[in-house]
Amino acid sequence: MTVSFKFDSLQYLDTDGAVVFEPLPEWANDAAILIPLYRTMVETRAFDAKAVALQRTGQLGTYASSLGQEAIGVATASVMTADDVLLPTYREYGAQFWRGTTMAEILLYWGGDERGSDYAGPRGDFPISVPIATHACHAVGVAYAMKLRQQPHAAVCFVGDGATSKGDFYEAINAAGVWRLPVVFVVTNNQWAISVPVSKQTAAETLAHKSVAAGIAGRRVDGNDCLAMKQAATEAIDNARNGRGPTLLEALTYRMSDHTTADDASRYRSAEEVDAHRLQDPIDRLRRYMESRGLWADAEEQELHDATAQRVEQQVKVYLDTPAPAPQTMFDHLYATLPRAFDAQRQAVIEEK
Amino acid sequence: MPEVTLVEAVNTALARAMGTDENVVVLGEDVGVNGGVFRATAGLQERFGEARVIDTPLAENLIAGTAVGMAAHGLKPIAEIQFMGFIYPALDQLLSHASRLRTRTRGRLTCPLVLRAPFGGGIHAPEHHSESTEALFAHIPGLRVVIPSSPARAYGLLLASIHDPDPVVFLEPKRIYRIVKQDVADDGHALPLDVCFVLRSGTDVTLVTWGAMTHETIQAADALSSAGISAEVIDVATIKPLDIETILESVEKTGRCVIVHEAARSGGWGAEISAQIMERGLLSLLAPVQRVTGYDTVMPLFRLEDRYMPSVDRIVQAAHATLGFE
Ligand SMILES: Cc1ncc(C[n+]2csc(CCOP(=O)(O)OP(=O)(O)O)c2C)c(N)n1
Ligand SMILES: [Mg+2]
Repeated sequence: MTVSFKFDSLQYLDTDGAVVFEPLPEWANDAAILIPLYRTMVETRAFDAKAVALQRTGQLGTYASSLGQEAIGVATASVMTADDVLLPTYREYGAQFWRGTTMAEILLYWGGDERGSDYAGPRGDFPISVPIATHACHAVGVAYAMKLRQQPHAAVCFVGDGATSKGDFYEAINAAGVWRLPVVFVVTNNQWAISVPVSKQTAAETLAHKSVAAGIAGRRVDGNDCLAMKQAATEAIDNARNGRGPTLLEALTYRMSDHTTADDASRYRSAEEVDAHRLQDPIDRLRRYMESRGLWADAEEQELHDATAQRVEQQVKVYLDTPAPAPQTMFDHLYATLPRAFDAQRQAVIEEK
Repeated sequence: MPEVTLVEAVNTALARAMGTDENVVVLGEDVGVNGGVFRATAGLQERFGEARVIDTPLAENLIAGTAVGMAAHGLKPIAEIQFMGFIYPALDQLLSHASRLRTRTRGRLTCPLVLRAPFGGGIHAPEHHSESTEALFAHIPGLRVVIPSSPARAYGLLLASIHDPDPVVFLEPKRIYRIVKQDVADDGHALPLDVCFVLRSGTDVTLVTWGAMTHETIQAADALSSAGISAEVIDVATIKPLDIETILESVEKTGRCVIVHEAARSGGWGAEISAQIMERGLLSLLAPVQRVTGYDTVMPLFRLEDRYMPSVDRIVQAAHATLGFE
């Protein structure tokens, strides 16, 4: 017998930004809350377009775009405190920017420079995890440490839909349940893992269903509805911090871009499918909502775009002006103190011209 | 004969194997509809169907473990790991099962699988996409580790790996996936496994390498030749089991040996080759064996990768060091 049950998806706003579900959270009328969310999403998108352009002109390595997914990271990070720990994938710049990782740092990373992972802002955050789902287990470890050290914080781990097929992910949610850890797994379900659609990853009805076997809370949310995303993240992180256990939060979205700049998505999905998702855009949606409430106007929009363009240019300049590291720096952080055994190799790197 | 790149030769060999043996299946991430992120499996799903060219869920342990089960039960799986950097969840299956199923069951169950993965640096790829850890696999008893260095050898060695009754880890140097084209007849002829290929004969120094580094090594041999030094170049190809005889014969003739690999130095496969030369060819050596390798650091991100990888210059200098030894 197959047991069947539903995970409804939390959504407040339709694609026009009209309210379809009430009551709205109290802060949903607060410009001081909404505008920073909106601003960071706009900045993330502007950054993204610039990064793709840099890659196309040979000034950046392969880059993974977050186009269309900005609300998930930004809204989630907006609920985190500085002492919480973020464990991101390569597509959550919105969350990283909110927490103070800089655009220049992200560019350095994709530009082939380790210094891009030495975040000046959030010192405890993990670097981008490229080996899929491996960091889900790190989140368990971080949350365990928080619990043991009696810190009222949470670990927030982002993974993709594809990542939920990996053993690491199951192992992590299972252990998080056993130890009732202060951790939230945000599954950014953008429908695709490179060329593989979710329907080929799992026969489970939703990814939130995977929470059931792990014995942890499961939740689905419209990840392109910034309000719903913030509300769902608020509840999940609040539960984590207050000893009410972990949550698997499935955030529904769509990968508007190619997988990375090295990919050509037209090989496996149609332009019509992509176009159909333009309507869902999280930035347009929040703007329309704010406009409808009189919280935002054209003049402010123009000002934001100008300021954002300047900010991105300034960060690109920081990136491009960063000289390449000296070759021997490849030994600098290998151990706390470089053992003598490496002296000869380090010298050889210096001497080789 | 068609001129093909290394990755096209892989594709041709896969198609040939699938066309001649219906038990051959291909599985991995993005291998079907997308034809592989490097196009190695392009067109196979259209030709042979979804049941035989399988887009798996994103799970490398699954891919390798499934291949073990398939191989033990009559299929010939060719599994693709998208990049060597993501092969490590599969290591458990290779080490604990694929390599020893025959031994454990006294030959009752066997594991004729091929696990393919692109590897190596030099293409300015993101983090985790540039390492060369072939020695990890070569260390495992019961595995074969095969590394082609040209389109022709990719075709012939892959067919041989597919025909082989034991598990083969087939590592494809992605830096040279597309840099040269070669005439490769799709005639179904396999090349022999477990033997080195002598790419160039010479009398003064033996240069031993494999994979993408054959290119720098040949260039080094050219540079040495301009200086009046005759270098023999050996492409090891099957690094495990190692054809030490061919290397020893060469060293007997030249008295000098330089081993070149991209991988980190300590415990790299060059160490094994060097040890075997000491054990069996010490008296033919006129100079200590030299190694030109990556450093014992984490593979740097790409701004420094050129400084990490062995250069033609470093190879030439090492050859000179063997010649200048007194
Ligand atoms: C363990 C592992 N296997 C394979 C890859 C290659 N790869 C990079 S991204 C990706 C798809 C990931 O899909 P998903 O988890 O849905 O995240 P998305 O890229 O959609 O954000 C794959 C297969 C990898 N990085 N890590
Ligand atoms: Mg995805």
